Amino acid sequence: MEFEGLVVEEEARWSGDGAARQAARGLGWLSLGLGAVQLAAPRGVSRLAGVDDSAVARVAVRLVGVRELVQAAGLLSGRRPAEWIWMRVAGDVLDVSALGWALNARRGGRRLRAGFASAALVGIAAVDLMTAARVARSRAVTAGGRTMRLERSVTINRPVSEVFSFWRDFTNLPRFMTHLDRVEVLDERHSHWVAKAPMGHVAWDAEIIAEEQDRMIAWRAIGAPGVPNAGQVTFAAAPGGRGTEVRVRLAYRPPGGAVGVALARLAGREPDQQVREDLRRLKQVLECGEVIAVDERVSARGPMQRRVTRVLRRRLATGGRP
Amino acid sequence: MKAICWMGVNQVSVEDVPEPEILSSRDAIVRVTASSVCGSDLHLIDGYLPGMREGDVLGHEFTGEVVEVGSDVRKVRPGDRVVVGSFVGCGGCHYCQEELWSLCDNTNPQPLLQEKLWGHAIGGVYGYTHATGGFPGSHAELIRVPFADNNAFPVPDGLSDEQVVFASDALPTGWMGAEMCNLWPGSVVAVWGCGAVGQAAIRAAYLLGAERVIAIDRLPERLTMTARHTGAQTLNYEEADVLEALREATGGRGPDACIEAVGMEAHSTGLQHAYDRTKQALRLHTERGATLRQAILACRKGGTVSIIGVFGGYLDKMPIGAAMNKALTFRMGQQHGQRYIPMLLDRIARGEIDLRYLATHSLPLEDGPWGYEMFKHKQDGCVRAVFHPAA
Repeated sequence: MEFEGLVVEEEARWSGDGAARQAARGLGWLSLGLGAVQLAAPRGVSRLAGVDDSAVARVAVRLVGVRELVQAAGLLSGRRPAEWIWMRVAGDVLDVSALGWALNARRGGRRLRAGFASAALVGIAAVDLMTAARVARSRAVTAGGRTMRLERSVTINRPVSEVFSFWRDFTNLPRFMTHLDRVEVLDERHSHWVAKAPMGHVAWDAEIIAEEQDRMIAWRAIGAPGVPNAGQVTFAAAPGGRGTEVRVRLAYRPPGGAVGVALARLAGREPDQQVREDLRRLKQVLECGEVIAVDERVSARGPMQRRVTRVLRRRLATGGRP
Repeated sequence: MKAICWMGVNQVSVEDVPEPEILSSRDAIVRVTASSVCGSDLHLIDGYLPGMREGDVLGHEFTGEVVEVGSDVRKVRPGDRVVVGSFVGCGGCHYCQEELWSLCDNTNPQPLLQEKLWGHAIGGVYGYTHATGGFPGSHAELIRVPFADNNAFPVPDGLSDEQVVFASDALPTGWMGAEMCNLWPGSVVAVWGCGAVGQAAIRAAYLLGAERVIAIDRLPERLTMTARHTGAQTLNYEEADVLEALREATGGRGPDACIEAVGMEAHSTGLQHAYDRTKQALRLHTERGATLRQAILACRKGGTVSIIGVFGGYLDKMPIGAAMNKALTFRMGQQHGQRYIPMLLDRIARGEIDLRYLATHSLPLEDGPWGYEMFKHKQDGCVRAVFHPAA
């Protein structure tokens, strides 16, 4: 699987279009049903709504039926799903106000039926509104979001099969991805990732979406990760018998768009730098069996200078992260 | 434990520091018995190399006794006397396996400054800035030696600390400088700098087949010492025009190989020195390159310039036209000590190399500041001050 193909697929998911289309389809069938009933049996509908005493109401019911069918066509078309859902909400507002006005002018059994019908309409309106809000929210997470991409590689002086196997056993990842606390393998394709965060932990699930032995692993975060992301790692023999070229490609949607990216950079949490460090440590683990340790205690520094020195060492290692 | 620490530009003092510990199963802890100053320490003390922090332990040229080893160390045991090279080699990367130990990919865990400055980072060094790994140095009672099987070499029986301490850094550096010249019987070699590295290079050049070696410096006592112990011809650049003298000494050809064993704080004469010194002070260039320029101009057509003096950044007025048009070969680099140390220890044991005379001042660790002061200002004929922490 080519990485660009994977990114295009993921972007469709991240932009929220997938979820919106699915929600729109459900509401589309609802519209179709309502519209069909209103057109086929306008008298029955009028009676149910307690407005069967008015010739105008029967015409109105037919018009509403036509509107529902137009909306159904739009919702089921799969185009601009979020906008069509908002159209339904607008229609609901119109219907509830019309029926409310009609209810005020009725007494007795009709008033009672108009009341039930209004309640049902409010219920449908609530469902529409919640769906519209949910779709809007899932788009907002990545709204205006640009997909960020990065690519980093490292040459490791070990055979391809060894490097591949090490990576494929995801429980090894925290040995060189220091922001991870642990990775639990759930089944052949799914794993649960737990990362250290300033307050406790952040967890998400990952799914392998493509894999070729000794050549490539591609994955994506599933569920609702804070940062939608997908990645691919490829393994290739380095020329001249120099081991394995490991190349990581990531695509992700940082929350908050360009501002979010700038803030993350300020906080030293730039994924590009993170990946470079991770690959450097992967190389150390595979070539030396360990991450290189330096005894920072052996110095004539006081506690304050120790802290400042630790910051300097981090900067020299990571390029700015505190 | 006691250690000689860098406490700021031109501030060296003896301080109490925590003892090192085994951090990995491949570590050894070595009780240092002799640890030498090195000309490259002066670049740190003078503040020309970035990444030093107040409280850093200095020293990267040493010998000592193994006192503790991690569970995966096979080649050395507690009680062994060892020489340790100044660069830490991991042994697992492509460069270590190609015996290019100072280019180790893994032992500098803080590589960013070097990557920005040089494109790539080189291996870690004891006591030599946090940009070069930040490993605590050897001017201390104890030192942690990572990957001990790759980096610590047993001392043949019967050799003293003074005989072997320079096999840690100065001797392999000089040896490599001469080896890079591809010498053959009949070669004429010029060496800039009569410090320990320069004199080691002279000895190595003779052992590798050079017929004549001409040594260049400005300190009469060092020139005298060099002539007496190595047999090289000497040239005082303050008294003679070096280019002219080298041309005349070689029948107009110029030396077949020129070894630069001075580095970024080269001294020179007259206007050129004033120019270099001013630009360096203003940080307009980081190197004073008089010796390197001379080496390029002096070298015969098709000859080799071998650079073992330490440079850090940028040098201007580089006579690239001379280098290109004369078809010079440039060889350079930090020492790949692990490649040479066992062979050099054998040669020392056979009596082929004896550099004890370079240790002009043997001092207890407590005399660290004084030792560096003498060494820096070349007082009292100081070529090398060697500290003995265990004494």
